[in-house]
Amino acid sequence: MYNTGLELMELANSKKCKIYEIVIENEVELQGLSREEIILKMKKALEVMKSSAQEALDKEIKSVSGLIGGDAKRFEDYRKNGNTLCGDTVVKAMARALSCSEVNAAMGRIVAAPTAGSCGILPAALITAGEKLNKTEDEIVNALFTASGIGQIIAKNATVSGAEGGCQAECGAAAAMAAAAIVEMAGGTPEMCLNAASIALKNIMGLVCDPIAGLVEAPCAKRNASGVVNALISSELALAGIKSIIPFDEVVEAMYRVGKALPEALRETALGGIAATPTGIKLRKQVLGE
Amino acid sequence: MSSLSSFDIIGPIMVGPSSSHTAGAARLGKVAMSIAGGNFKKVIFYLHGSFAKTYRGHGTDRALVAGVLGMETYDDRLKYSLDIAKEKGIEIEFVESDLGDVHPNTVKIVFYKEDGTKFEVVGSSIGGGNIIITEINGDKVEFTGDYPTLIVKQKDVKGMISSVTAILASQNINIATMRVTRRAKGKEALMIIETDAEISEYVLKVIEKVENIISAKAINPVK
Repeated sequence: MYNTGLELMELANSKKCKIYEIVIENEVELQGLSREEIILKMKKALEVMKSSAQEALDKEIKSVSGLIGGDAKRFEDYRKNGNTLCGDTVVKAMARALSCSEVNAAMGRIVAAPTAGSCGILPAALITAGEKLNKTEDEIVNALFTASGIGQIIAKNATVSGAEGGCQAECGAAAAMAAAAIVEMAGGTPEMCLNAASIALKNIMGLVCDPIAGLVEAPCAKRNASGVVNALISSELALAGIKSIIPFDEVVEAMYRVGKALPEALRETALGGIAATPTGIKLRKQVLGE
Repeated sequence: MSSLSSFDIIGPIMVGPSSSHTAGAARLGKVAMSIAGGNFKKVIFYLHGSFAKTYRGHGTDRALVAGVLGMETYDDRLKYSLDIAKEKGIEIEFVESDLGDVHPNTVKIVFYKEDGTKFEVVGSSIGGGNIIITEINGDKVEFTGDYPTLIVKQKDVKGMISSVTAILASQNINIATMRVTRRAKGKEALMIIETDAEISEYVLKVIEKVENIISAKAINPVK
């Protein structure tokens, strides 16, 4: 078992294997299931991820409250027009993240990764990077294990709950997980994976959780879209050999301390941030019928 | 959590939008239903704190009802549970209420059974789809529904714990955790035993036959 990023990296280095191998091995031991059964379980998660990343691109989906919906399709249509500023890969990833978030807000089926509120980042990042790098489904499943290893360490030593640590804990953890997973899938070393995860977490350190009306809709969907971009650029930096000056485990601890220091109004209570703006309050009254 | 699985991080597979307000609520409903047993014609949900404030937008209402109808957190029909309950002739009511000094996501579920009796379960959704059951018909309890759980009601007399644990041991069932409470000395007492293996109908029957056992119920894990 590994409790820190350093332990995970040293295990992978000493066995001369990828991070995902260590994570799968640990899971086999933990669950008392065979390696095949564990991999099959993750394949099922990937199937649900794929469908939620696609569903709202094909048709407009409205959230339960009516607050959000239709943006994933709008963005995908915009991409198809071909005049994007950021290029196809980034825009496609953003559209997929929006799709997952909209499906989630409409009570569709998703995979919490690590939470439902941040469920768009990891699927959008891995499906899009997998496409770009010509990776097989098995390789993407392996990358999901890399991601969950990073997530396990963040959950163990910090938190992945918005109520405890703000959005940085949810969308930050998701982006860190995705960044590390992309790096490993692209052939990076365990050290590069941790660098990518550190950079992603640092990029949005301090981000508050301020959902309008307390619902997992706005600004959550757009933060998933920006979260996947964070994952992509962090992996790109790490793949180029750029290091995080602060080691991963210290970044995780810093994120946790920052989360604890956030006032309660900025931790999923809908009492601060954009939720507490005049428009945010008006929408809350409208949606909750207060 | 000491042994965090990969699937605690990537998972659960669930119907959105919130792991605590939707997935957790569905699990609470399902666990409560397995404790109360079937055959109910009406259910009232007393919603506390954040559950009371945001239940419509998070679909907590639909998730709770889906749970008492036996659906899993990933069931596509969860969204339509209110209509499904209506079709089945089950009356559903939601009451926003103050349940006191409890977790913000707490619900008291009251089942009105066909035989005229009432059954009450209180539980909280504590994050990431994880839940905790805190009260059954007024008795304080504490279990998660992650493990097979044996709930035994007995008279508070000596030897009850050893007879029950001996039966479990004879059936090769290992006890993970155990908690015993009583209303008052010599009155009714409650044993909540979480085990590593599922508890069969046969084991329940054997336990129920022991003198001074009032009832025995098993809940198999609800993921």
